[in-house]
Amino acid sequence: MAQKQPFLDTSPKVSDEIRQTTCYMCACRCGINVHLRDGTVSYIEGNRDHPVNKGVICGKGASGIMQHYSPARLRAPMKRVGPRGSGQFEEISWGEALELATGWLGKVRKTDPKKLAFFTGRDQSQSLTGLWAMKYGTPNFAAHGGFCSVNMAAGGLYTFGGAFWEFGDPDWDYTKYFMLFGVAEDHASNPIKKGIGKIKKRGAKFVSVNPVRTGYNAVADEWVGIRPGTDALFVGALIHELFRAQQIDLDYLIRYTNSPWLVIQDPGAADHGLFARDAEGNPLVWSNEAAGFGSGKISDLSASLTGTRTLPDGRAARTVFELMAERYLGDEYAPEAVEERTGVPATQIRKIAAELAHVAFKEEVIIEREWTDAWGRKHDKLIGRPISMHAMRGISAHSNGFQTCRMIHILQILLGSIDCPGGFRYKPPYPKQTPPNLLPHGAAGDIKPEMPLGGPHLGFPHGPHHLLLDEEGGPNRLDKGFSWDAPMSAHGLMHMVINNAAEKDPYGIDVLFMYMANMAWNSSMNTPGTIDALTKTDENGDYVIPKIIYSDAYYSETVSFADLILPDTTYLERYDCISLLDRPISEPEILADSIRYPVVEPDRDVRGFQTVLIDLGARLGLPGFVDDEGAPLYPGGYPDYIVNHERKPGIGPLAGFRGKDGSDYGVGEKNPDQLKRYIENGSFWEHRIDPEHAYFRHANRGYLDWGIEKGIRLTPEATIFQLYSEPVQRFRLAAKGHGDRQPPERARERIEKHFDPLPFWYPPLEESMVDAQTFPLHAITQRPMHMYHSWGSQNAWLRQITAANRLYIHTSVGESIGAKDDDWVWLSSHQGRVKCQVRLMDGVNPHTVWTWNAIGKRRGAWGLSDDAPESNQGFLLNHLISELLPEGGGGYRYSNSDPITGQAAWFDLKVSIEKADGDARTEPFFEPVGSGSQPPSPKKVAFGAEFGSKDK
Amino acid sequence: MTCLPKETKKKLGLVIDLDICVGCQACATSCKEWNTGGYSAPLSDHDPYGADPSGAWLNRVHSFEAKTAEGQAKTVHFPRSCLHCEEPDCVTVCPTGASYKREEDGIVLVNPDTCIGCKLCSWACPYGAREYDYDDGVMKKCTLCVDRIYNRNVPEEDRVPACVRACPTGARAFGDLGDPNSEVSQSVAARDGFNLLDAFGYKPVNKYLPPRINSVQVSPVVEKTAAPDGSRLEKLFAWADKALSR
Repeated sequence: MAQKQPFLDTSPKVSDEIRQTTCYMCACRCGINVHLRDGTVSYIEGNRDHPVNKGVICGKGASGIMQHYSPARLRAPMKRVGPRGSGQFEEISWGEALELATGWLGKVRKTDPKKLAFFTGRDQSQSLTGLWAMKYGTPNFAAHGGFCSVNMAAGGLYTFGGAFWEFGDPDWDYTKYFMLFGVAEDHASNPIKKGIGKIKKRGAKFVSVNPVRTGYNAVADEWVGIRPGTDALFVGALIHELFRAQQIDLDYLIRYTNSPWLVIQDPGAADHGLFARDAEGNPLVWSNEAAGFGSGKISDLSASLTGTRTLPDGRAARTVFELMAERYLGDEYAPEAVEERTGVPATQIRKIAAELAHVAFKEEVIIEREWTDAWGRKHDKLIGRPISMHAMRGISAHSNGFQTCRMIHILQILLGSIDCPGGFRYKPPYPKQTPPNLLPHGAAGDIKPEMPLGGPHLGFPHGPHHLLLDEEGGPNRLDKGFSWDAPMSAHGLMHMVINNAAEKDPYGIDVLFMYMANMAWNSSMNTPGTIDALTKTDENGDYVIPKIIYSDAYYSETVSFADLILPDTTYLERYDCISLLDRPISEPEILADSIRYPVVEPDRDVRGFQTVLIDLGARLGLPGFVDDEGAPLYPGGYPDYIVNHERKPGIGPLAGFRGKDGSDYGVGEKNPDQLKRYIENGSFWEHRIDPEHAYFRHANRGYLDWGIEKGIRLTPEATIFQLYSEPVQRFRLAAKGHGDRQPPERARERIEKHFDPLPFWYPPLEESMVDAQTFPLHAITQRPMHMYHSWGSQNAWLRQITAANRLYIHTSVGESIGAKDDDWVWLSSHQGRVKCQVRLMDGVNPHTVWTWNAIGKRRGAWGLSDDAPESNQGFLLNHLISELLPEGGGGYRYSNSDPITGQAAWFDLKVSIEKADGDARTEPFFEPVGSGSQPPSPKKVAFGAEFGSKDK
Repeated sequence: MTCLPKETKKKLGLVIDLDICVGCQACATSCKEWNTGGYSAPLSDHDPYGADPSGAWLNRVHSFEAKTAEGQAKTVHFPRSCLHCEEPDCVTVCPTGASYKREEDGIVLVNPDTCIGCKLCSWACPYGAREYDYDDGVMKKCTLCVDRIYNRNVPEEDRVPACVRACPTGARAFGDLGDPNSEVSQSVAARDGFNLLDAFGYKPVNKYLPPRINSVQVSPVVEKTAAPDGSRLEKLFAWADKALSR
């Protein structure tokens, strides 16, 4: 029948109002437009003007409504009334909750401040939480970086003053060759997605180095299906090929790196392997022009890259370049030597090296633009080597990650591709100095009752003299950070805190205070052991960790183990400050920061954690949180602090809209209207940097001077790339017996081996300690693009996409054990075993199995029903990963971490697989956590019914 | 039986670039959040926190493994929604005329007021693009965001389907595939865009773009021979000295 088309209103009302804030569905911090209808969040889209996402949104971000209205949201402060884990809580008032917390915290501060361990998972407010911990006076503070990506931050900052992700990005506009190492589907989210789309449309080549070919790697033009933990062999072989074929940027090395610096060659001496220096402390080079020694800091273009020199004191010295060439031209880095171990054919290594050389030197990008370098030399153009790289967890989560990360940076630098057109670009306020000039605080003498710490907790030691040790030379931090166990642990070791506290190794604590870290589940190694630690009792039946305060927005697995719950808001109900003092959101040509503000008010008795922390600071009378009379400095909570706190005169949490009229940025007077201005501007502020300052910023005079003027840089000196790292060598010298700060005997060999000033490959530690025959396979995790950490499973939309994970195995592995899709297997490690279901695939390194991270949930948490797939079929690899390495020589068990930075070595895991009988349910299966305090979850969601245009 | 218009003035549709779709689900969830409050409101979800969460989605992304031309396995991310076929059986089988193809732009829609929920259309569609809402008792499907693309309450640059507005890699484009000069038609021509299950003959309007071949043609890297004799190291140092003394 012929149809008459029905009338259709094609211009229905969209919303009453749009409020712009910052997303928090992952850590990317995209700008979002939140549409409201009748006071309800009705639609969330990307903010087109925002520097991070420029309008786009990801699968998580577009599901924010379901996170915001999750039935697992906490509703009011709670006090535990049953045993830990029982989930028996009593709702209490904020007054009572804050009084209780103040009592516990105040007592510790008066007696022994280090008996407080304060650790945060989500750390977008670290400049506040760090300040609070500093004023409190405990040495035991860090955020989650130690189990996330400290290897990348430390590897980058010690080498070239920047780092992957937050401190720099590929030059998506000009790059012609992009290599992605160990990035599955996140870190970053939208910025990388946008970049990949952009470069592929331009015809640039995208090479992925990853044991698994999914996500971003699925659209790569070439896949290097590497064996986990061997990336430094692969990169070393690329460097070997570039040196062999003489395809390196010598001019760049002389101008910007320490490759001409002279290294003392005096084996056995206390300064062997350190730089030869002049009386002023400047490192020496051999200047051909002066026919004598000169300073390595003045970019002497006649400095020699080669040759052994005799120093004035008669000793020999060689250039970094020679030592480096000797290292990488060695047979152990020849493509044929590494192909079996890496699983990457020598032909493929040669081909990629040839492509790198070709693109860097035959397809250079030239931008006609004047700029002046740090030494006053004028240049009329910018010459770019259009090779860019990005790397994250696949590099970071190994115990050889620091050295591997450094080696990737060395490859970039040899090609001349740092901060040039088409290369890897810094994001302001980076680069910083190398080595970084921020030092850690919290050694024994610094801890006194009711006294603040002398400086920030986390930093970058230049040698053993900067370690944080107790009177006996042991660790002074609970996590053993900045001790001989993990000397350069710039982000701490949050993964060790709970177990060390329960073992009282190095000491016991009174209060464990945590914010948004699911440590009783997917954020801990050895989850069963961690649960035992949280519930461990002494001979009197008292908990060994006497008091646990926890703040979270949702009923996570960790909530049920806390004694006092401080309920946080959702991301749409809160103030936040994404500060240049913390983790900036800048883009290469944009200095930027941003806020969140409550686009809707909470309908529950919850408070933003930062406001609560400031309140506690005032109640405790912490300096910096009260005035001279003891009155609260920020009675308006976090928004008050954001506007009125000053770190130095004129420098506060937000850099934009400073000064009385809001016209200053960087340094300027407080502006009472600052937040209003941010909100009017889409909750962010940006400053586009001068085009002359856009490249070579490690040595760009204009940029360096501008940085000092705006309070984002401390020295006008250029950042000289440290291919050879002297701080690392200082630890090695100590291990050889030099200096008055000496490692314990058990640590000497370990430090001497791993603290090599030039990056090298060594087998991941667990791998070298467990039997390769018994545990032949590597096991790693990835994070699905639509889920992030543990938050996604409570999301009614996202869990329809993934509600249970499978163990992905290579077809050949499936065939060898007779398993097909969805069959159950036992996966075993030296720590334990897990029962799970498999799925077979071919796009995975045949020696590697993998699964989605944090999909498995404990029954009772996250508002999920008892029969939810997350707790019945979903599983965690965490149960298999020990927080300690097997006992080594001398009986000591080190943390399962990078021996240099303390980074959790999640991906070192080795396993065996066998088919399991039966079916039905994952093991180990944990008793449900009680959730009686939470309302039941609905059986149906019909979100939007009230908005439907047909009803209007 | 429901008749199709003889021809449509436009052929609005999507072009999806499989070369850069990374499977992030942004198009699927953006579609869900727009449409659960839009023309198709609500897109209900059953057992949302239980054993078998399932709801109505107008766009889904399927990920599966396939072999490349060189025989390597890779994951393919394949977004799937209504293709707004030129000759859709899902319309012609509709007993009430609830399913129809718009004369002005070719969009295939369901009129919820006359849909009786008989599901004939979902059986007729070979693409599985129709979704029955068990709560509402009517069939739902991609509307190409008909309540966005002409919407005067939406800024002009945003008058595209929610999935296109969201896509982080830029893998989705929207336009008139009936106009050979449109950007979408041009990209289909340039990239050998193809029809999904072309042999079925439904003439889908939406098109998919296959992977590009991005490669580097390497000029032969000739090893410098600064020092004819000596080790690799000596050769390198001699080359470096020579290069820098120029």
